[in-house]
Amino acid sequence: MSAAVAVEAKNVSKIFGTAGAEVRALDNVSVTIRQNEFFTLLGPSGCGKTTLLRLIAGFEMPSEGSILLEGDEVAHLPPYKRHVNTVFQSYALFPHMTVAQNIAFGLEMLGKPKAEVQQTVAAMLKLVRMEELKDRRTSQISGGQQQRVALARALAPRPKVLLLDEPLSALDLKLRKEMQIELKRMQMETGITFIFVTHDQEEALTMSDRIAVMSKGKILQIGSPTEIYEHPTVRFVADFIGETNFIEAEVTQRIGGDGQIKLPSGVTISHPVAENVGVGAVVTLAIRPERIDLVRPGAEAHLNGKISNVVYFGTDTTFHVEIDGANKHVTARVQNRRGHQEVLKAGDAVGLRVAPDAMQILKD
Amino acid sequence: MAEVAQGNNLGTNPGTNLGTNQGGSVAVRKKWGRGFDIKKQSGFTTIAMICFVMLYAPILTLVVYSFNAGTSVAIWAGFSWRWYESAWANQQVYDASIRSLTIATFAAVVSTIVATMAALATTRTKPFPGLTFIYAFINQPLMVPEIVTGIALLIFFAAIKVATGYTGLGYLLIAHTAFCIPFAYLPIRARLENMDLSLERAAADLYATPFKTFRYVTLPLLWPGVLAGGMLAFVISLDDVVITELVKSGGQDTLPTYMLGQLRRIVTPEMNAISSVFLAISIVMVTIFFLLNRKKT
Amino acid sequence: MADGKSASNPAASAAAAVDRRDTRNRWLLSAPALIILLFAAIGPLIIVVVYSFLKKGDYGGVEWQFSGDGWYSVILQKDIFTDAVTVADAHVSILLRSVKLSFFTTILALLFGFPTAYFIATRNEKSRELWLFLITIPFWTNLLIRTFAVMEVIRNEGIVNSLLLGLGVIDAPLQIMFTDFAVMMGLLYVYLPLMVLPLYASMERIDFRLVEAGYDLYATRWRVLRHVIFPLVKPGVIAGSILVFIPSLGAYVTPRVLGGGRNLMLGNLIEMQFGQGRNWPLGAALSITLMAIVMIALLLYVRNASKTEARHG
Repeated sequence: MSAAVAVEAKNVSKIFGTAGAEVRALDNVSVTIRQNEFFTLLGPSGCGKTTLLRLIAGFEMPSEGSILLEGDEVAHLPPYKRHVNTVFQSYALFPHMTVAQNIAFGLEMLGKPKAEVQQTVAAMLKLVRMEELKDRRTSQISGGQQQRVALARALAPRPKVLLLDEPLSALDLKLRKEMQIELKRMQMETGITFIFVTHDQEEALTMSDRIAVMSKGKILQIGSPTEIYEHPTVRFVADFIGETNFIEAEVTQRIGGDGQIKLPSGVTISHPVAENVGVGAVVTLAIRPERIDLVRPGAEAHLNGKISNVVYFGTDTTFHVEIDGANKHVTARVQNRRGHQEVLKAGDAVGLRVAPDAMQILKD
Repeated sequence: MAEVAQGNNLGTNPGTNLGTNQGGSVAVRKKWGRGFDIKKQSGFTTIAMICFVMLYAPILTLVVYSFNAGTSVAIWAGFSWRWYESAWANQQVYDASIRSLTIATFAAVVSTIVATMAALATTRTKPFPGLTFIYAFINQPLMVPEIVTGIALLIFFAAIKVATGYTGLGYLLIAHTAFCIPFAYLPIRARLENMDLSLERAAADLYATPFKTFRYVTLPLLWPGVLAGGMLAFVISLDDVVITELVKSGGQDTLPTYMLGQLRRIVTPEMNAISSVFLAISIVMVTIFFLLNRKKT
Repeated sequence: MADGKSASNPAASAAAAVDRRDTRNRWLLSAPALIILLFAAIGPLIIVVVYSFLKKGDYGGVEWQFSGDGWYSVILQKDIFTDAVTVADAHVSILLRSVKLSFFTTILALLFGFPTAYFIATRNEKSRELWLFLITIPFWTNLLIRTFAVMEVIRNEGIVNSLLLGLGVIDAPLQIMFTDFAVMMGLLYVYLPLMVLPLYASMERIDFRLVEAGYDLYATRWRVLRHVIFPLVKPGVIAGSILVFIPSLGAYVTPRVLGGGRNLMLGNLIEMQFGQGRNWPLGAALSITLMAIVMIALLLYVRNASKTEARHG
């Protein structure tokens, strides 16, 4: 993976407000985004993801650090001197222009010859399937169509990087699913680097090549969707993406890189642990509900407990289990074809079994 | 948009608000035939109608008698255009009209340009040092009674007249421009505040320099506000009596100050004729202003 | 912004420089408007303040010599022969008349304006716009012409008197012109739209479900009006009252045309000091007095408005 770098942020901080009432929107963030990558910034509102995007676009300037676009420092260039384009959350289509005029705007501002502008606009209209509505005013088309025009307008100048600021949030669920596939298709077709900002984990998982999970102005983890979901390294990431059970356990022994970890049930498992975790330390294990199997209580089980609640979901059933020896609930999700839902009921004693690779030790 | 939503809310048929009357006996249904109107307040409609009649009766009378063939403004002596003709032939009226239009056009154009610049500087920004000061400065003419502004200008310009010997129309031009500024500023600012800054951001993102962004995005979108501001300034300048009366030098009557002078004498329907033309201009202006403002939402 | 800590950082100081440039540009952009206003609105006002403390010139104008006479003569007068100091009846009575007429005009405007605004606010959306338009038109038309229109109606030879005489109700024309009543009617006529518009603005926002709740809880129509609607539109009532009271107090044209020489208001008194009376310092002092009353009214309004806002927010 030695692909060329599209965007690099180095030790970027952004502070809003005046001295005394400062808000650190970004706190020493560094990230490298490769060319032709579909890169997603994921996090709850206020985590700094949009600020980072606006810094790359040039609508804000960093308080500290630098931003490189294909190796060139751009942190203090105005937006119109950066070869990046943005799809705005509100689309920001010019209401006094037609669809075609909107798409042509960037090219005209760059001073491209008329013939080239027309040609590119036609190609873009085709790409987003809006040829028939090209002479409409942007107020006369639907939200989904506006979304396409915004995309076409931003793609028309063939930017080095396309920035997308929660562009799907205004669409309804069905349209959003369609557009997710469309976006991915356009990214493949154009080969342009996409940086996508969202708070929707599902959106991030389905479209991205890589995801950066952000919280409180920091990037917590960067990785492929699988890495992020299967191997979260910190509690926030595990908690923010999908559902997770957290179980505290004690390290009783270290053998090389592996540690012997004693679960609340008294069962000891062997698992790789970090260098700085010594014997006697308490670690947190993250376990996805769907990676837990229900077994008979006893030797086979990693944890034992009593079912407190059974919730039927159609495709699967969720069991809430009160763990013996720990004042804790664990959620296990079992597919219904296994038939557990018919047998087990609240009050039954049950054993929980987890595949070793499904137990993830968190850093904090 | 919010207005529309509100409108729907208010527009709900009062009869449907209280559904309890529907199933009553025939007698009850008759008595409560149209439902209980929660918005009704007895006498309010009557008073409102009196108000509208009160507002329009004098104006309508004034217009009607401008067509009076007789010399009285109270006794009808048949229809005639004679007073319009006599007003048209009146050199003083002609001069005053030209002067009024010259001043109003100048004041409207200049005040709108500077107000547009000021509005661009004072909207859609985080607070910067002096912002409140600029606000207060621009809106100041609205806070001070006209007579006080007039007196202040009288004193100040008298001193300049003595010092420079200049007695031309310049004093009226600048005085009108100054008090028109807040009137031009307000609609432009209102329009700007409703304009999404993201459109200018989008233009900048699409390689438009600040000047091009202004030329191709901001100005076209702001234009209805600029027009509205300009028209408001024009009408305000055209209507002004007090400040003009105090600032003008000899022989610089505008139409309103000419009329004010004439009111001391015996009034003929010629005044009605002039007033009616004036009214017509104002009504055309308001209508355009109204339509411009409505298009925005 | 540029505290020592972040100024040492190049990126931060660059950002601060951008901020400074932005502020400077905004000032430059506002400058033409500010200069015109300084020259033809605010600067002259400062001169008025200065003039009010100068000695009056013999034939108008001032002499550049400090004197408290201008302010002194606002309420007091000195007999030319005996030097006895008495209250300046003429000034005080005009001041009181101005306040009185403005006050009653405001009350009348409220009595007529409230139901009118309510009527407009309770129309459906389409016709509401038309009614509002009808209220706005007089507001846009020349004040002098509107005053002239009133004069035509109430003159001795005007419509009202002609009509009453013709019907035999009265034998001699009623003297309406040149009375306080005429001035008040004129002020009411010209400033009524200024009462209706802000009232309408706050009535348009009434949530009529609250009115329903009032009726549901056994309130009569009067009580709903008194205890539900009125408190909801109180900011509009105050705004409208201020908007009518302030220009009434400073009115010049209406009292001049309808009040004649005897029924003067403050505006006319001020103007006279620069005409026949020729006491510029007194005129300046009276101007500042008028401005002060207006400012106090505005301040009260602003304080009230922010209080209401705080309560609702």
